[in-house]
Amino acid sequence: MSDFDRRSVLKAGLGGAALLAGPGIVPVRAAEWTNTPEPNASIRVLRWKQFIQAEFDKFAEQTKKFSEKTGIKVKLEAESWEDIRPKAAVAANVGAGPDLIIGTLDDPHKFPEKLIDVTDVAQYLGAQYGGWYPVAEKYGKKGNNWIAIPQGATGGCLNYRISHVKAAGFEQFPKDTDGFLKLCQALKKNNTPAGFALGHATGDANGWCQWALWAFGGKVVDEKNQVVLDSPETVAALEYVKQLYATFIPGVLSWNDSNNNKAFLNGELSLTLNGISIWTVGKTSPDPKQQEIAKDMDHAPMPIGPVGKPTEQQNILVYYGYKHSKYPKAVKEYIKFMMDKENYDAWEVASNGYVSPPLPAYNDNPVWTSDPKITPYRDCLKRCLDNGYAGDLGYASAAVMGDFVVVDMFAEAASGSATPQEAAKRAAERAKRYYQV
Amino acid sequence: MAVIAEPVTAQVKRSSLWTRAFESRNFLGAMFMVPAIAILVLFLAYPLALGFWLGMTDTKIGGVGRFIGFQNFVSLSKDSVFWLSVFNTIFYTVFASIVKFAIGLYLALLLNERLPFKSMIRAIVLLPFVVPTVLSAIAFWWIYDSQFSIISWVLIKAGLLTHYIDFLGDPWNARWSVVLANIWRGVPFVAITLLAGLQTISPSLYEAANLDGATNMQRFRHITLPMLSPIIAVVMTFSVLMTFTDFQLIYTITRGGPINATHLMATLSFQRAITGGNLGEGAAISNAMIPFLVAAILLSFFGLQRSRWQQGGRD
Repeated sequence: MSDFDRRSVLKAGLGGAALLAGPGIVPVRAAEWTNTPEPNASIRVLRWKQFIQAEFDKFAEQTKKFSEKTGIKVKLEAESWEDIRPKAAVAANVGAGPDLIIGTLDDPHKFPEKLIDVTDVAQYLGAQYGGWYPVAEKYGKKGNNWIAIPQGATGGCLNYRISHVKAAGFEQFPKDTDGFLKLCQALKKNNTPAGFALGHATGDANGWCQWALWAFGGKVVDEKNQVVLDSPETVAALEYVKQLYATFIPGVLSWNDSNNNKAFLNGELSLTLNGISIWTVGKTSPDPKQQEIAKDMDHAPMPIGPVGKPTEQQNILVYYGYKHSKYPKAVKEYIKFMMDKENYDAWEVASNGYVSPPLPAYNDNPVWTSDPKITPYRDCLKRCLDNGYAGDLGYASAAVMGDFVVVDMFAEAASGSATPQEAAKRAAERAKRYYQV
Repeated sequence: MAVIAEPVTAQVKRSSLWTRAFESRNFLGAMFMVPAIAILVLFLAYPLALGFWLGMTDTKIGGVGRFIGFQNFVSLSKDSVFWLSVFNTIFYTVFASIVKFAIGLYLALLLNERLPFKSMIRAIVLLPFVVPTVLSAIAFWWIYDSQFSIISWVLIKAGLLTHYIDFLGDPWNARWSVVLANIWRGVPFVAITLLAGLQTISPSLYEAANLDGATNMQRFRHITLPMLSPIIAVVMTFSVLMTFTDFQLIYTITRGGPINATHLMATLSFQRAITGGNLGEGAAISNAMIPFLVAAILLSFFGLQRSRWQQGGRD
């Protein structure tokens, strides 16, 4: 998973030639799709709750279009994306509930045998649109079969105030971790601080902490799923974050996923990790102060650390259908319909680029270049590693993330409640409990 | 004839047995108890037994677990986060329960007096209990917010502080903050229930004490407290149980953070079982709560309810 440049995409995908042609590619060949949904099918779909209303409205509109076209009835429900995980777990355990869930990350890898094999959908989409990003393929596949179809990622980029970064002495946003630290220190000095969630914030805290760990060469496990968290590379990452933490706005140890949005739009933050929603909300807000903030903000990818390659962790969204569904073919038809480029593109435009696509062929959507501020979100899946890196996705990777092992490690070291060495050792012991099973 | 007579006799025998059974008080009593027993078994005994069983297995979400005996408990005994959650739970329960009792008793005594607008005041006291827990938890989350706290804002505006209090970002601040939220939520239950108990005490006892020249404190100590002790036992048992097993307040306000400083056993159990996918370990953490809860119940029923206490004696 370490390579995710065009060359690796070429290897992983089925339409490498198209990729080399860059954005604006055309399908290399028309893939075949043969699926006959069950007669009088009716499915229940549970998806993540919207952050951008227009996105959900378009999704519901597309769903309606699907029903009209196929005759398959769809009951669409939405829950906060963090609340979907328990519901998905219960559905898997009791064998009842929604037919299809659009959830997050490696959830499908916790109960792969309960899920519909969607290899045909993945192969169709891959062939039709020139191949998947390798990270998307890793989230979708268990062994040789696909158990989930990546929908994309609610991409996370650095959100920053242009004027504050300039006032801190940076004409360009720094691209490496050294420059990033200097920027945060300068922002603090100017009393326009940065702030990154360090509480039990599933999306934001895990996101930037994993980035920091990987940026310095640390990782929870190696390729053989052996825990290697207690390493000099991890300690280096912890030492770095300790310096970063000293520049943060107070209170980040208690932050959940919504705090940075609120603080940024209130003008208390100059730099944080978030989706495109802060900018979108600010832009459309009736509050002139928030509109001003949106005008003064821009986005950037996470800086590259000593490992010399992007190491982002993104909140990947995945479709997974349950075997308990009476209409598995209808489920697959729905996924295929919603992921077809025509429908996906229209939905992406409505969401203002909220979801980074899992198929590089979808990068030619004009929304990504309609405003340069949106563009950094386009390539989130190209830059990211999966949350089981460098090992497999499954129970252990999900448990380590769900139990906030990495976040707690950074919080302990950053706040001084443990030395970096102690924090790394303790976190490694916690991780071993999951990976020993 | 014999061919016809035989089944008729058998039918008569069967009918009479069935009829006789329903004429039996014992049988009828047992029949009336069947629905109650079925409900108890289905909704109380079965989940409890399933929880015990899961705690002894390595069940993962969506999977079938193997029996592993006490391995989950052995593993938890080496888990520092689990022991931190045990400490947090005891700390949370002890402090919140003591303060809830003290404030609840004070309010109950106050509301038992002749006050103007007594009904309205009682309704106000009950309000925190009426508000759904999650809503009150969200309110507290805002009250404690590191950037938008109304408490910090007021103190800064009043010139008493220079910067916002980090209510939830510091481990000890966070512990006290969630204890306070629990107290606010739990006081009405204690106050209203104790008030109901106070109203059952005969005024003639106080009149007699007055005639004997008893002071307020003496009346409280020798009449109110002993007469109230059965209800105190019940209230405190429920209060301790509800506080010990609290989930919603913590999950909404801190999710167990910062650095697991507010993780209770209930929230850790959920985190390990559902978000972490390890149902076996989550169940084991829940099972580990049972000895504490049983101890609380035993303390209540064999301690506070001792008959001599109720009669005003020491033991």
